[in-house]
This record gives sequence, C-alpha cells and structure tokens, in this order.
Amino acid sequence: MELVLSIAIGLMTGCGVWLILRPRTYQVIVGLSLLSYAVNLFIFGVGGVKSNLPPILEDGVDPASLADPVPQALVLTAIVIGFATTALFLVVLLASRGLTGNDHVDGRNEPK
Amino acid sequence: MNDWSHHLIIAPILIPLMAAALLLFFDERKRTLKAMISLASTAILLLVALLLFRIESAPHSFEGVYLLGNWAAPFGIVLVLDGLSALMLLLAALLAIATLVFSLARWHAVGAHFHSMFQILLVGLNGAFLTGDLFNLFVFFEVMLAASYGLMLHGSGPLRVKAGMHYIAVNLVAALFFLIGVSLIYGTTGTLNMADLAARIPQIEPDRRMLMEAGAGVLGVAFLIKAGMWPLCFWLPTAYSAASAPVAGIFAILSKLGIYVILRLTMLLFSDGPSAGFGSDVLLFGGMATLVFGTIGVLASQALGRLAGYSVLVSSGTMLMVLGISEGTVSSGALLYLISSTFTLSAFFMLIELVERGQDAGANVLAVTMEAYGEGEDSPEDDEDGVTMPGTLAILGTCFAACGILLSGLPPLSGFISKFAMLSAMMGTGAIGTPPDGAIWTLIVLVILSGVASLIAMTRVGIRTFWSSLEGTVPRVLVIELVPVMFLLSLTLSLTIQAGPAMRYMDTTIRTLSTPSIYIDAVRNATVVEGWKAKSQEASP
Repeated sequence: MELVLSIAIGLMTGCGVWLILRPRTYQVIVGLSLLSYAVNLFIFGVGGVKSNLPPILEDGVDPASLADPVPQALVLTAIVIGFATTALFLVVLLASRGLTGNDHVDGRNEPK
Repeated sequence: MNDWSHHLIIAPILIPLMAAALLLFFDERKRTLKAMISLASTAILLLVALLLFRIESAPHSFEGVYLLGNWAAPFGIVLVLDGLSALMLLLAALLAIATLVFSLARWHAVGAHFHSMFQILLVGLNGAFLTGDLFNLFVFFEVMLAASYGLMLHGSGPLRVKAGMHYIAVNLVAALFFLIGVSLIYGTTGTLNMADLAARIPQIEPDRRMLMEAGAGVLGVAFLIKAGMWPLCFWLPTAYSAASAPVAGIFAILSKLGIYVILRLTMLLFSDGPSAGFGSDVLLFGGMATLVFGTIGVLASQALGRLAGYSVLVSSGTMLMVLGISEGTVSSGALLYLISSTFTLSAFFMLIELVERGQDAGANVLAVTMEAYGEGEDSPEDDEDGVTMPGTLAILGTCFAACGILLSGLPPLSGFISKFAMLSAMMGTGAIGTPPDGAIWTLIVLVILSGVASLIAMTRVGIRTFWSSLEGTVPRVLVIELVPVMFLLSLTLSLTIQAGPAMRYMDTTIRTLSTPSIYIDAVRNATVVEGWKAKSQEASP
C-alpha cells in the first residue's frame, strides 16, 4: 500500500514539474493541478497509511487502532484552497489569451 | 489584563473581514460609499493596532494569547500577540491607511472590488502576524495571496496580466512547498502549534530529525520565495513594477511578511538544541547573493518602477543576511531597518506613479489602463473635481530626494539610523579589540556598496526627471495623492527623532524572541475561560 501510494505521488510530481516548465499556459495549469494532487496525497500519507480505520476518538478505544484525523482535516483545507486558486488562475489564463492573442506564458510566440 | 483588551487581539482580523463582507453588498457604482466603509475600517484598524502596540510597549507587557473557541493550546488554534507581532500590525495598518487614501484619488475606480480585496489582504496579513499555529499560518497566507492576486491584476492591461500570471504561478508553487513542509513537520513532530513545536524539537529522536529539518527547509523555501531571496526572486521586480501604484505600495509589506515568518520561526524553533542555527548559512549567503543581485539591478534599471522593484530585493537581501548571522543587537537594528525600508519603498512606489504621470510613457500606460477597463473617461468622479497640489514639482522633487536619502542610508532620515545601528553592532560582534571575521566584513562592505549604488541610481534618475526634462509638463497631482506619500516619509523622520525609544523597543522585542521559553510558557499556560464552560455544561443536561 505504501509502495503504491509513494509511486503514485512520485509519478504525479514528476509529470507536474515537467508540465509547469512548459511554455503553454494550459500545460502549466495541468501541471499545477497534478502537483497539488500529489501534495494532497502526500499530506494524507504523513498521518500513516491505514485503511478501514475510523478517525474518531472514542473512550476505551486504543488510539493506535485509529486513523490520524489531523492530516485529513488539513487535506480538506488544502483541497478547497487549491481548487479556488486554480479556478482563479484559469480566469487569468483566459484574460491573457484574450489580451495577447496566444497562449504562451510570456504572451508571445517563440521564434521559429 | 482586563477582558476587553484581551478580545482586542482578534479585532485586527475581524474588522477588515466584516468590512470586506459588507462591501460586497453594495454595487460597484456606489463608489463613495464603498470608499467610506473601507476607509472607516482601516482607520479603526489603525486605532486597534495603536492600542495593541501601546499595551505591548508598556513595561509590564502582558502575554497576549487568545484561545480561539476556548480550546486549550496544543489542541485548539491560538493567536499570539507579542512585541514583534504588535509592531508588524502597526506597520501594516499605517501602510494600509496611506495606500488606501492614495488609491481614493483615482486608482480604486479602475477595476472592480478594489476595496473588498484590499480589506481581505489586510485580514490575511494581520492573521499571519498574529497566528501561533503553522497550518493557520498557511490559511492566512493563502487568504492574503488570493487577495493579492486580485489586486495585482487591478486595472488590467496586457502588462499586468502577464506579470500577474507569473506572480500567481510562482506563488501557487510556493503554496505547495508550504504544504509539503507543514505536513513533513507534522509527520515528524505530531504537532503544528508553534509553541508546542518549539518545546518538542529539541527532544526529537535523531532518525526523525533529518526529516523534520528537511520539512523546515522546504517550508523555508516558501517564505524565501515571498521574501524574494536570490535565486527565487526573478518574478518580483516585474510584478511589483507592473502593479498599480497603491497596490505596489501595500505589496511592499508582503515581502516583509516572508522575512517576519523566517525571523519568528528561526528564533522560536532553532535557537537551541541539536538543530540550533539550522539554515542560518543559507540565509547569510542567500542574503548576500540577493543583495548583490538587487544592487546590480538597481544600477541597471532604466524605468523607475523596476528600480523600486530591485530596491525591494536590496532591502530583503540586507534583512536575510543579518538574520543569517543571528546576533541579538544586529537583529534589533535590522528590525528598525525593516520598518524604515517598508515605509520608504511604499512611499517610493506611490511617488513613482506621480512623477511618471508628467512623462509620456507613464501617462500612456494609465490611459491604456483606463481604456481597457472601459469606464475611465466617463467615470462620475473624474479627477477634475479634486484639489490639485500647489508647487507640485517642488514637493515631488523633495519627496524624491527624501526617498533617495532613505534608500541609500544617508543622514538625517531613518535609513541612516537603522543602517548605522546594524553596522555598528556588526563591528562589535567579536570580543573587544579583535576585528570581525571575513563574513562580517563582506557583509559590511556589501551593505555600504548597495547604499552607494542606490545613491547613484537615484541621482541619475532624479537629474533626468527633474532637471533635464525637455517637455516641461507639470503633472497634475491631487493633494489626496501627495499627502499619503508625505505622511509615510514624515514617519521615517519621526523614527529618526524617536530613534532612542524605537531602538529600546526593538531591543526588548529581540530579547523576548531569543528566549523562546517565554513564548512557549505563555501559550502552554494560557487558561480557558472557566465561566463560559461552566455555563455551557449547565445548559447541556
């Protein structure tokens, strides 16, 4: 389980880094989304990979048999914020496309 | 401490938040009403910041720990007010009122929702200064960034959209670094409360320590991007010079926010134990590189806006370098430098717009902006009905000269006092009679050289703008635009006159910061309000 999770995070981070270094705005935003998925999974992973365990503390239950609720709360916040900023970035991309007439990140086509 | 002053701690977050929400109810056309609400909120904020500052600077300073939702410290989130955060709150409020008044002349009308975003920016700033919890810091950081994205694009136009896009992309990546750092620190220490972290980090086992330090390093990168450390700073001059004048004015404090967080976290988390001094080399050499880069940039820039952008880097570089040598008295000088340079840069950014208005290039940019937004020409509150400033060129010239003096660190203004305080403390870091070592000498030389470079650049631009301008057109400048600039510059003058008390305050602040146990004990010993709890327990059965 840990192996699958870490490979997934690594793969997404690799793709994300490659994409945000590309010259087209659409590639950059897909790269940013992939990176934020990877980071969200990473946050989820630092609480320990446990399946089928409730994150709710009850009296008389051993805390070791429970999932850590804090990373879950953190990841929820991170998802919401990431979603909002990605949406905002999309609007800026469209504005840039409208103002410059192309989708290069510097607003110009590279010399051929 | 009595009850009301305790609740005052959360007021710097609540006041602008409520104002921003209220502003959304009104249509964009009710500009005067929106401006009044925004102005009132900022004025109240300034009052609150002054009150908090007075409470903190009193001899028997209370440790202001505010437990949100009445939960005990490591479990709930806390707000902490100490000397440093009170100082930063006051700085932010003073800048806010100056830039807001400046924007009322014309800039607030060139785009939608200026006042709401401005207030939200203040929420984020104040929250980041007050919070005592790493994840809460992330949230406030994001609130501030989200508002700054909007403000960056305020006024629109191809230049701003392009610079804004780079700014947003860089800061989104920085936010991801922030998250990775925070989650690594949580994974290794099991807490996000800063006081709890500070107490736990010296006791952490060696096999986890490396991971924790990696997390702290990644976290640091996020703040260094904000502070503009070389090589993470290439976005900064473009973004700051493309932003509209009042926005660039308030942005002057955003890079200082990065420095504030680095100062706070290094002093709190890495002052003793096996991880002591973590990252100080990075700050020292990174600061040096930033200073060199900024100095070259200042000398090389043709446009005034870029000159100001590189001056931000010079000021960041100086601060980072000084934090890197982490020496008590030097740091208090640096704190004075932080205040002084923030006022200067903010005033300078606003002044640039006024000076360039008389020239063709600047006027054209503004005209294009107005055109792009589509309601510049027929806006009901055109600048015609404002009062223009008499003797405009003389006052502009004087303000420009004052900025030059401040940036290069010449007497009599506070740029000199703060650099003098830093340099004299650096000279004295070794034992008496022994000369300071190589790194310190390099540092002293770099700081002085950067001052000379600023002086050369400012003189050159000054001559070109005020003495040899061929067109001879005097820019139309309103009183309401010049007064904020003069206000900020007069603050630096009063900082010179009151240098003694100011230095004493900085010394006390740094001394408190370098004893993390004060902070830790204050947060840990903060008690929940019992009366409320008893009442709620009575009510529940």
